[in-house]
Amino acid sequence: MNIPKDLKYTKDHEWVKIDGDVVTVGITDFAQKELGDIVYVEVETEGEDIEQGETFGTVEAVKTVSDLFMPVSGNIIEFNEELESSPEKVNEDPYGEGWMIKIKVEDESQLEELIDAAEYEDLVG
Amino acid sequence: MELKKIALNDVHEKLGAKMMPFAGYNMPVRYSSDIEEHKTVREGVGVFDVSHMGEFWVEGPKAIELIQKVTSNDASKLVDGQAQYSCLPNEKGGIVDDLIVYRFNEEKYLLVVNASNIEKDFEHISKYNEAIGAELKDVSDDYSLFAVQGPKATEVLQKLTEVDLSAIKFYHFTVGSIGGANDVIISATGYTGSGGFELYVKNDLALPLWDAIFKAGEEADIKPIGLGARDTLRLEKGYCLYGNDIDETTSPLEAGLGWITKFTKDFVNSENLKKQKEEGVDRKLVGFILEEKGIPRKDYPIEDADGNQIGMVTSGSQSPMLEKGIGLGYVKKEFASPGTEIYIAIRKRKLKAKVEKLPLYKG
Repeated sequence: MNIPKDLKYTKDHEWVKIDGDVVTVGITDFAQKELGDIVYVEVETEGEDIEQGETFGTVEAVKTVSDLFMPVSGNIIEFNEELESSPEKVNEDPYGEGWMIKIKVEDESQLEELIDAAEYEDLVG
Repeated sequence: MELKKIALNDVHEKLGAKMMPFAGYNMPVRYSSDIEEHKTVREGVGVFDVSHMGEFWVEGPKAIELIQKVTSNDASKLVDGQAQYSCLPNEKGGIVDDLIVYRFNEEKYLLVVNASNIEKDFEHISKYNEAIGAELKDVSDDYSLFAVQGPKATEVLQKLTEVDLSAIKFYHFTVGSIGGANDVIISATGYTGSGGFELYVKNDLALPLWDAIFKAGEEADIKPIGLGARDTLRLEKGYCLYGNDIDETTSPLEAGLGWITKFTKDFVNSENLKKQKEEGVDRKLVGFILEEKGIPRKDYPIEDADGNQIGMVTSGSQSPMLEKGIGLGYVKKEFASPGTEIYIAIRKRKLKAKVEKLPLYKG
């Protein structure tokens, strides 16, 4: 299973890439495999401030639907619009072209709550 | 409850299948991708291990009497080597299970039932058998079942048997040797709408048969197919799934199963169902296709244009062939005609859909 060491993770199977006070968020390789073929990524919250743990969108796979949760509180400054026409990128390249949103982090101390690759591996292993 | 294992459990794990509990069994739901597996069956050939299904023998001079009593279809119309889709009505207007009845001879029948209902069905049938006295035996644990489905299924399987497979008509079967396994029930049935066969084989011969099928199918690029694709394949064809589209509360007439509900004989609750047929039903199971992006799921409300709830989705998915959201659901009878506009409430949105004639995918 692919779990890049340079990323942070949540127990909801999202990955977080930290770049100053902006973070990029997607779902993990484990999550995309569990969901199967992804058909839609629905994010209609661009520009909104959303609290940590709240839903920012949903991902629809052929067999199942799953909510997407904010790993930290903040403003959604960007949605990966490529996913509207090519949602399969989440399956093909979950940590790269399959990224979902960028968040302007409201409280950087929340970043401390994220788990690292080793902890995430324990969770899904 | 302890999870039961099918005979080839380890084979599926080695193939990298995602295994999930289903009806008390650890079952392969996906090997690679639901969409790829789905298209493999529509365009080529795939193999499902559906060994969790239940099998009961009904034998003896009273066999037909018992079957006629508990099932809704008319099994007296069957000839040797013929199979029939049917259901077990309950006493309250609903359905205990749907099943296939195979006639081997006048005094020997096989009932194939859903895995999730094996115990319930056996109890139900046994209850009616007390007064009838047929020989009824649950052999679910003895048999494996492989569904080899798709337009290339016949050419692949023909390499493995001297039985002339093209001579077996739809919903007919024979017992023969295939892939070195003896006494296999070779049945021209399936749950995909893409043609093919279902092979019932004793567990001790299951592995060699599985291997032989894959060897014979190499050129045709045969693939193992999980239960995920099985569900989307049957949904595109509008076939009912017990527990979703039919259950203890749905009448066979509401479910569009009037064609297997024959009032040429008496059966469990036939009087009430006959009355229901005469009076008409209030709701009907319909197929629908979404006209906007989105995927309907079980239990999503179905609404009219004004937002009044008129029904409920019982099965839904993305259709891999149509690349649209499709589903089955019950609606009030005024909304059941093909072409009727309905709306599916998906979270905060209402997505327009149209009631369609079944099958939803015509290919």
